[in-house]
Amino acid sequence: MILYILCLILFSIGVYCLLVKKNLVKKIVGLGIMEYALNLFFILLGYRWDSDAPIMDKNIVITSFVDPLPQALILTSIVIGLGVTALMVAIAVRVYGKYKTFNIDEIRRLRE
Amino acid sequence: MLPIFVIIPLGSAFLVPLVSRMRISLARVLSLCSGAALLFFSVKSIWWLEAGVRVYAVGGWRPPFGICMALDGFTVLMLVVVNIIGFASLLYSMDYARRYTSEGLYYTLFCLLLAGLNGVVISGDLFNLFVFLEITSIASYALVAFGVEAEELEAAFKYLVLGAVASALILLGIGMFLGAVSTLNMADISRSLPVVSPKLVLYGAALFIAGFSIKAGFVPFHAWLPDAHPSAPAPMSAMLSGVVIKTIGIYALLRVIFSIIGFNAVFSEIFIWMGILSMVIGVILAIGQWDFKRLLAYHSVSQVGYVIFGIGLGTPLGIIGGLFHLFNHSLFKSLLFLNAGSVEYATECRQLDKLDGLAEAMPVTSRTSLVASLSIAGIPPFCGFWSKLIIIIAAFQAHRYAGAVTCILVSIVTLASFLKVQKYAFIRKLKDAASGVKEVPLFMKIAMLLLALLCILVGLFFIPVLNTLIKPAAEALLAGKDYANLILGVPR
Repeated sequence: MILYILCLILFSIGVYCLLVKKNLVKKIVGLGIMEYALNLFFILLGYRWDSDAPIMDKNIVITSFVDPLPQALILTSIVIGLGVTALMVAIAVRVYGKYKTFNIDEIRRLRE
Repeated sequence: MLPIFVIIPLGSAFLVPLVSRMRISLARVLSLCSGAALLFFSVKSIWWLEAGVRVYAVGGWRPPFGICMALDGFTVLMLVVVNIIGFASLLYSMDYARRYTSEGLYYTLFCLLLAGLNGVVISGDLFNLFVFLEITSIASYALVAFGVEAEELEAAFKYLVLGAVASALILLGIGMFLGAVSTLNMADISRSLPVVSPKLVLYGAALFIAGFSIKAGFVPFHAWLPDAHPSAPAPMSAMLSGVVIKTIGIYALLRVIFSIIGFNAVFSEIFIWMGILSMVIGVILAIGQWDFKRLLAYHSVSQVGYVIFGIGLGTPLGIIGGLFHLFNHSLFKSLLFLNAGSVEYATECRQLDKLDGLAEAMPVTSRTSLVASLSIAGIPPFCGFWSKLIIIIAAFQAHRYAGAVTCILVSIVTLASFLKVQKYAFIRKLKDAASGVKEVPLFMKIAMLLLALLCILVGLFFIPVLNTLIKPAAEALLAGKDYANLILGVPR
């Protein structure tokens, strides 16, 4: 149980960093932390203590095995995360080009 | 036949960048053709439904084990909505997107967006739904930033931050359910949930509601919407307001709440209050706006409130009203965004107080925008009137008097707000400031006329529309957890 709670704390740190930090680069790092926490959470969901990899063969007898489904999901999730991060970095670079700053407080032309 | 809704747009998203190297007009024709094909198949899917719910097992793996695609009444309604607006926006883009230097990429992203939207609607697997939702989101972040001007980049970044948080919450919710029942098929989760502790289900539901509400832009989660929707290119604004918030927000939320978890009084209360808040706050923020597209974006928040309020009532009439308003709103709000795009295209200006007497210079834009304004304000016999009427009657029947009165009042304020648009942009005449303004090119006109015609036709023939499209969708929602039996077959 403690592992799940630690995982959720890591997730909360990521969300905090993404929403509260002023610097665009720190926000991107926050997004990364959030995604890693989620990936870790999924892997923990599939893990079973004292069990083997689910490889079926004639000579191998498996009594309990790790759930392989979350690992497949996480591969997809990592790729999606890569896409989002790449897009975010690209937009941050272009924003810097226009505003000459990474501070989100100074990037506010929309409100005026 | 079901995968065709994903294959067509995904295939053309792959081919468009290849052919746009050769000749850009090929890319235009290809994406328009795929839009038309999608529209054809989505209308045809209304008839597929007569034989009951359709299930397609991807790779031949039967549903509880493999990924499946499913088509029921609600799916058909959303397919029709997505593909009508998608086709109209693509038609509009034929002329509008010529202003961009990398037009091929624009069509690629547009096709990806269509693939994501159709995929979300057709998917019968929770994680698959999430993947398509992310495809939609990433395509829409990129399209909001497509102009790469300062404001557009800023809006896209803010949208991306909130969108990423929403996606993370949704994924966490999926993780909760996966951990509890060890399956991802929506029907199978629905069948297994009763044995899970109710606290965990409620926790998962809270994560889903928060995540999908951010995507749908309900108040208190609406902060990104008025920035992102106006900054996008006009056809993309029409897609975002008309379809994207409804598909990855409302559709996904309702699918999870109604078909997987099961609708009850708690969710009803949440939906109704979120609806009332969205209606009131959206319209209050809209009334003071002078930026044409920003005003429309705030009205989206308000009108989406009607949809979720109607559905939250939980009565058959309320759900019919809510879904009908969803359909109508996608028609007239997309039309209004296309109108705003045309005004911007012709005058390079979006501030209502600086526009002036465009009615004579731009007859098509001004007339179609009149149709759309009357529809959104709920003037009979245009389409918005009937759906609002049904929602209000349903609210009275459900003894939600405060909500019903709010609906009426918000509708009056909406009318006032759109009279302002009509007066300042089109009717009012100052000097000869409008001289030199020309009507927009042919394809943009056709797209606007198409949507205006649909607004009028749906208003006049609302009973056939209700019977063929809305009622099966409402029945699919009302079936609730019976969804599992429809997809997997009745348990022996």
